[in-house]
Amino acid sequence: MSQTEGQQHPIGLYLKIWGLLFVLSTMSYMVDYFHLQGMLRWSLIIIFMLLKAGLIVSVFMHMAWERLAIIYAILLPPLCILVLISLMAAEADYIFWARVLFFGQSADAVAGHP
Amino acid sequence: MAMNTGLEPALSDSGGWKQLSGDWRGDKEAFKGVPWGKAMMWIFLLSDTFIFSCFLVGYMSVRMTTTDPWPVPSEVFALTIAGESIPLILIAIMTFILISSSGTMAMAVNFGYRRDRRKTAALMVMTALFGASFVGMQAFEWSKLIEEGVRPWGNPMGAAQFGASFFMITGFHGLHVSIGVIYLLIVAFKVARGDYERKGNYQIVEIAGLYWHFVDLVWVFIFAFFYLW
Repeated sequence: MSQTEGQQHPIGLYLKIWGLLFVLSTMSYMVDYFHLQGMLRWSLIIIFMLLKAGLIVSVFMHMAWERLAIIYAILLPPLCILVLISLMAAEADYIFWARVLFFGQSADAVAGHP
Repeated sequence: MAMNTGLEPALSDSGGWKQLSGDWRGDKEAFKGVPWGKAMMWIFLLSDTFIFSCFLVGYMSVRMTTTDPWPVPSEVFALTIAGESIPLILIAIMTFILISSSGTMAMAVNFGYRRDRRKTAALMVMTALFGASFVGMQAFEWSKLIEEGVRPWGNPMGAAQFGASFFMITGFHGLHVSIGVIYLLIVAFKVARGDYERKGNYQIVEIAGLYWHFVDLVWVFIFAFFYLW
């Protein structure tokens, strides 16, 4: 019985993605191991994170082979979180400076604030 | 009262809970080619995405607002192996274990659709074992931190909010992994017993796989934002 229903893909594809995820994880671990700092560190962390997440969702979770309707239904709503992040970041920044102004603050806390 | 025109499926007319579950389940496909079980799992995962996002955004907020220095995760999670302190090594091992479990799970789904139930069940049990060892390492990590005096309300290394964020985020993720292990073992048992042989429908393996890959996906974000940042 040669049925082709469901998600049928060659095993080799999964092994390749598995390997890629290992490489990407090693690279993000290296970011910490070599003590990269500042913008370089943050952008590398985010790039590796997004690449890993993309591989898992598109290949392991088979999103790449689904129809556009379900791709949009599942992947677009989480974008709302970006709004929450920006609102909370603005608020957090305000609270941080309010604490510095009203409670007095050590110089290194201010220096370490992005 | 609406007349039964005979066009609607009988389930929808019986009212109450039967009607409710019938409307959601009645073999209707909101997304073409996506069985309802898979669509429901995706919708559940979407809601779970929001829960974990709220935790991570909350963590971002407390980390940005605190005026005390944040403990350096690289040092907090360092392990001394053979007299040498290696930064973040346990977390790295946990990451590789979870990725490997995702790999075996993807292969289990594949063998399921090929109706090779022995290999499917074996790969699922392997996935569950990887998951269980992940939870074990997390328990080790928790007890190590608790021993060092990290509490949800404070810790000796710096900002008090570190403990609350750590226990909340990794705890909730660990709970997901634990539930996933049980879920996978149940499905693996049913696959091995041949419950799905008659219909030849192994979609349940893919649905369980979606949950498991999601747990791995969440860890990718926790690893990046909590441990590496």
